[in-house]
Amino acid sequence: MMADAERRPVVDDSRLLTWLRKMVEIRLFEERVQELFMEGLIQGTTHLCQGQEAVSVGAVEALAPADYLTITYRGHGHALARGMSLESAFAELMGRSTGCCKGLGGSMHLADFSIGLIGAFAIVGAGVPVALGAAVSSSARRRDSVAMTFLGDGGTNIGTFHECLNMAAVWKAPLVVVVENNLYGEYSPLATTTAVTDIAERAGAYGIPGVIVDGQDVQEVHRVAAEAVARARAGAGPTLIEAKTYRYRGHSRTDPASYRPAGELELWKQRDPIELLSTTLVERGVLPAEGGARLREEVQRAVDESARRAAAAGYLDLEEMKACVYAD
Amino acid sequence: MSTLTETHSGSTTSPVEMTYRQAVNAALEDEMAADEAVILLGEDVASSGGVFKTNDGLAERFGAGRVRNTPICENTFVGAALGMAVTGMRPVVEIMFSDFLPTAADAIVNEVAKFRFMSGGQCSVPLTVRSIGGGTGRFGSQHSATGESFLLQAAGLKIATASSPASAYATLRAAIRDQDPVLVFEHKALYGRRGPVVRDLGAIPPVGRARLVRNGSDATVVATLLMADRTLAAAEQLAPEGIDLELIDPCWLRPMDLPAIEASVGRTGRLLVVEEQVHAGGWGATVISHVAQSGIRLRAAPTALSLRDDVLIPYCPPLEDAVIPSVESIVAAARRLVGQPVTTA
Repeated sequence: MMADAERRPVVDDSRLLTWLRKMVEIRLFEERVQELFMEGLIQGTTHLCQGQEAVSVGAVEALAPADYLTITYRGHGHALARGMSLESAFAELMGRSTGCCKGLGGSMHLADFSIGLIGAFAIVGAGVPVALGAAVSSSARRRDSVAMTFLGDGGTNIGTFHECLNMAAVWKAPLVVVVENNLYGEYSPLATTTAVTDIAERAGAYGIPGVIVDGQDVQEVHRVAAEAVARARAGAGPTLIEAKTYRYRGHSRTDPASYRPAGELELWKQRDPIELLSTTLVERGVLPAEGGARLREEVQRAVDESARRAAAAGYLDLEEMKACVYAD
Repeated sequence: MSTLTETHSGSTTSPVEMTYRQAVNAALEDEMAADEAVILLGEDVASSGGVFKTNDGLAERFGAGRVRNTPICENTFVGAALGMAVTGMRPVVEIMFSDFLPTAADAIVNEVAKFRFMSGGQCSVPLTVRSIGGGTGRFGSQHSATGESFLLQAAGLKIATASSPASAYATLRAAIRDQDPVLVFEHKALYGRRGPVVRDLGAIPPVGRARLVRNGSDATVVATLLMADRTLAAAEQLAPEGIDLELIDPCWLRPMDLPAIEASVGRTGRLLVVEEQVHAGGWGATVISHVAQSGIRLRAAPTALSLRDDVLIPYCPPLEDAVIPSVESIVAAARRLVGQPVTTA
């Protein structure tokens, strides 16, 4: 069931502008990440989420400050949407001591407890149990925090995903599971690895709601996520959301994504999430015609400045690193 | 001189006799009473006191919210316990048989052990995993592993073992109070053993402290779990022959009390490790490696007694008895060790 835009609650214009800025921030952050990689300032690997920005922003914007979030190795978008500063994220990717995880985590492990971002997992499916635990913990401590977790379509074939939906349903845990179905699990087209390609249908096996949403439409993602969060907070249990989306880049740094059929990328770019929201805002007179370009310039300056400051920081020393292994 | 003690000196409470099972139960009860953030979870932990009856009365006293049955999904409920541990709780997870521990290996090795580190020290992970293992029960190949060295390679974890009621009580309480993730291994053949337990926080040795079970001068034996229990019996049998064994139960495999072990080996000049597991890659090999690197002059080559010939544990009762080190095989190994000629260093 594609969500119905007419049932959409009215979102304040200024909030929509904030969402647009967030999405542009994520897009330009990752553009710069690519450049920094070529310069050798970022090493190892990265997994970009360009094309999926509306899922990050729409879903995370449905959370309250005290809510919990676990994300994946394709997590730059989620972290920035949740409020991680550009500088903290850049510094982490550059391995600097000023990064959110002091440079020990890197691109795949963005975490910031001060904004409820518990962690990013580079083991597929591993963030779901941790979010479930945070959700159960919230209930057990008589708090009303909700936990949200993101994973990709590929993550829905690993056991923890199913185990968690079952356990969350049995315990009525305040959990929102957001699957970003970008059509490929690493290099493999979804249908070659997954028997049911509408992931949301899998919710039926656990007696919980499963909702499909247009992942390119930030307002729709937000509407669906907000309903799931409200349901969780009210004690009615978990929801599985499937956002249909697309990643513009390959799986990781070394993947040219040559397995994609010709024209597929171009087709999806016609429904670019940033362009979709910009067009809506221009049509509604909220954003002047040239407003999109100006916003992009502003964000670009912030990205440049943040990357520059991040690169100026140093590294943790070995002793400081050792202190991060054990607390006692 | 070793600073090892059977009981820590900070308590005036009198010891009481109880079984190993009751000691586990007492540790859980005392920690749950002390801190409402402590909760138990696992398969059937709330049903009739748990499969091994270690949780008797806890669900009744503390309620279903704090003693929670989970579905059969170790990887998920250990991962969920991590989510609880970093959001203000102190979960204690029960793994019904240590053979099931590898099903939770991703959660333990990749998530629990690395979580604080990868976050740059933003959080601590006060999570305890109780893992119940060990052979001699005729449980066959998939219900008999001690599991104590399965995860020895996972830096970020602490690992404890319990060989007596006193150490079961002390290590479990210390584990639950620790800010780091701890795996505590219990041995199901020991649940009926009786011994003195000082039910007092002040009696609990610090994390990482070994326990001197028996003083001796001829050889140092390092043993855990049921093997410590059997080594003690072997030592009593050897005493009339004039062979005097010193028995150290390391209690903690990570961090391990290497100074205490090395001090003892320095005095006796002989080392025997007794383990209910294959030798390669286990804590016994680690002990021998450290002693070898320490430069201590040994009077004989170190000896390891472990699951014979790296075999698996069978169901067949006489064969199970044959592969797990027995009191008799420990006696024989100690005689050989002490009888060996002095090596030229």
